[in-house]
Amino acid sequence: MADILVYVPNSGKSAAETLTLGRSLGQVSAVAFDDSAASLAAEYGAAKVYRVTAEGADDYFVDPKASVLIDLAGRVGPDAFLLPGTDEGRALVARLAVALDSGFLTDVSGLDAEGTATQDIFAGATVTTSKITKGINLATVKPGAVNAEPAPAEPETEAVDAAVAETDKRVKIAERVDEPAGDRPGLAEADVVVSGGRGVGSAEDFALIERVADALGGAVGASRAATDAGYYPHKFQVGQTGTTVSPQLYVAAGISGAIQHRAGMQTSRVIVAVNKDVDAPIFGMSDFGVVGDLFQVLPQALEEIEKRK
Amino acid sequence: MNIVVLVKQVPDSGLARRLDEQLRVDRNGANNVMGELDEYAVEAALQLKEAHGGEVTVVTVGPDQASDTVRKTLAMGADKAVHVVDDAIAGSDALATSKILAAALGRLEYDLIVAGAESTDSGMGVMPHLLAARLGVPAATGVRKIELDGDGIKVEHQRDNGYDVLTASLPAIVSVWDTINTPRYSSLKGIMAAKRKPVETLSLSDLGIDPSEVGAGAAATEVRSATDRPERTAGQIVADEGEGGRALAEFLAVEKFI
Ligand SMILES: Cc1cc2nc3c(=O)[nH]c(=O)nc-3n(C[C@H](O)[C@H](O)[C@H](O)COP(=O)(O)OP(=O)(O)OC[C@H]3O[C@@H](n4cnc5c(N)ncnc54)[C@H](O)[C@@H]3O)c2cc1C
Ligand SMILES: Nc1ncnc2c1ncn2[C@@H]1O[C@H](COP(=O)(O)O)[C@@H](O)[C@H]1O
Repeated sequence: MADILVYVPNSGKSAAETLTLGRSLGQVSAVAFDDSAASLAAEYGAAKVYRVTAEGADDYFVDPKASVLIDLAGRVGPDAFLLPGTDEGRALVARLAVALDSGFLTDVSGLDAEGTATQDIFAGATVTTSKITKGINLATVKPGAVNAEPAPAEPETEAVDAAVAETDKRVKIAERVDEPAGDRPGLAEADVVVSGGRGVGSAEDFALIERVADALGGAVGASRAATDAGYYPHKFQVGQTGTTVSPQLYVAAGISGAIQHRAGMQTSRVIVAVNKDVDAPIFGMSDFGVVGDLFQVLPQALEEIEKRK
Repeated sequence: MNIVVLVKQVPDSGLARRLDEQLRVDRNGANNVMGELDEYAVEAALQLKEAHGGEVTVVTVGPDQASDTVRKTLAMGADKAVHVVDDAIAGSDALATSKILAAALGRLEYDLIVAGAESTDSGMGVMPHLLAARLGVPAATGVRKIELDGDGIKVEHQRDNGYDVLTASLPAIVSVWDTINTPRYSSLKGIMAAKRKPVETLSLSDLGIDPSEVGAGAAATEVRSATDRPERTAGQIVADEGEGGRALAEFLAVEKFI
């Protein structure tokens, strides 16, 4: 059976998805730096957990974790090493690739036992299959692409004590500033995303988008025109230079559907649009669209949703 | 302060893009432009130079036509450029490209390397960390603000639910998101001046790289097939004549979202 290493950064959804994909390929050994990650690994069927303690690692960017993962990969010699396709995952996969002199793929939406990976390229317009021809199957997994399925196990745990080398202390995390999204799910991980664009017209009126999102248990997103105008914080931008989302339901209100926006949402399962311009490109890709003023349509929809709940 | 900016020419993401018969990004049939985030990298470098002095050098690895992108950066205000071009580079994967870029960077003196957070065509967002590994230089990536801080830099690394303030010694590599600035347009004067700015064109042999180490033959990954995803088509579009909101809720109910 193939040996699969999986980096489990936290107990988030993309970690669970990565573990699920790993399990479909062979026997999973998870690398966890904290207890929540270790319990997630158990919940998602890891046969083994490397429970790493690296005193001080959290005070530095990427390097200490990269060194731990490189050491472990060298020691274990896995057939595949999977990481969640987050910014951290991409940074780590690059470090691993150079250290192991291995080919690698980013943002795979699937990987089979023969090592054939699928990827969405050109903003989702083209699907490719690829193979790594040198080294191990080293890849990051696209968030939302795999259905996370629990498979509780009782993994063997090996404690790994790692000291942080001086050379790994060059990029210090001087301060962490959290801007919590309240009770809403994270944008990249949400099953429902309700986004507003320039058509929302002001920061105050984004409250309407938030209310729709809350009624549907979803996250709030925004187009770049909306974030640039200061209607909503930048970190909620969906699109090519923002977050890529792939929810079950994507609601676009007052968004025209520019190609850079579509790049971040066109693999959503169901797309719904509200726009007063019948020619807005967003309608061409929507499963359901209402041509109308979002300030009429959304409050009425909200009322109806509340009624039906 | 010597700043190097890494820019990559890519097919315009606003137009249809495709892979060619060899399953490589089709750059001949495309309208090629500077990588979108790379414009922000150039702007960030120019602003640092304007505030602290020094020189901005642009480095690119790409085919002949990438000289258009090089010109554009010089017109924006970069001082000089290095363009690595060699037929043997075609088909290189990210690992090989990083080898070439690292060799080109090895010939330069720099305090700071600025890149885009990800390229528009591959969207991998790995090059800065591949280079960090090869050059042994610290990397602080995905940032929305760069400041000089004593002998080092202080940046804001953007993440999903906030940001981290990172400090690093120089030389260092940073990569930037589009939240960092608004790239300038090049002036007519800038475009004229660009024609006289030095562009060094280097081949693989200038960098001491054997052609067999890069290109399609050396690639550690191989694209086996490419299929166009069927374009999404419009479903039911209704005009709101007073009942649009209810129709929307009805659709959501049928689809079991409520
Ligand atoms: C390098 C680069 C990267 C980019 N990255 C991104 C990205 O990541 N994400 C992104 O979103 N964009 C991105 N863009 C910008 C993109 O090109 C568009 O400009 C942007 O998506 C437009 O946002 P919008 O649809 O909200 O605004 P607009 O295009 O102005 O559309 C507003 C829409 O709202 C409708 N409207 C107005 N009022 C109402 C109302 N009362 N009721 C209903 N409808 C109404 C209008 O009919 C219109 O269709 C990028 C651009 C570049 C160059
Ligand atoms: N061929 C190249 N030449 C110069 N810079 C590059 C090249 N490829 C990537 N880069 C830089 O690395 C960044 C990230 O690229 P990528 O890892 O391909 O997404 C880009 O925005 C560029 O700044």
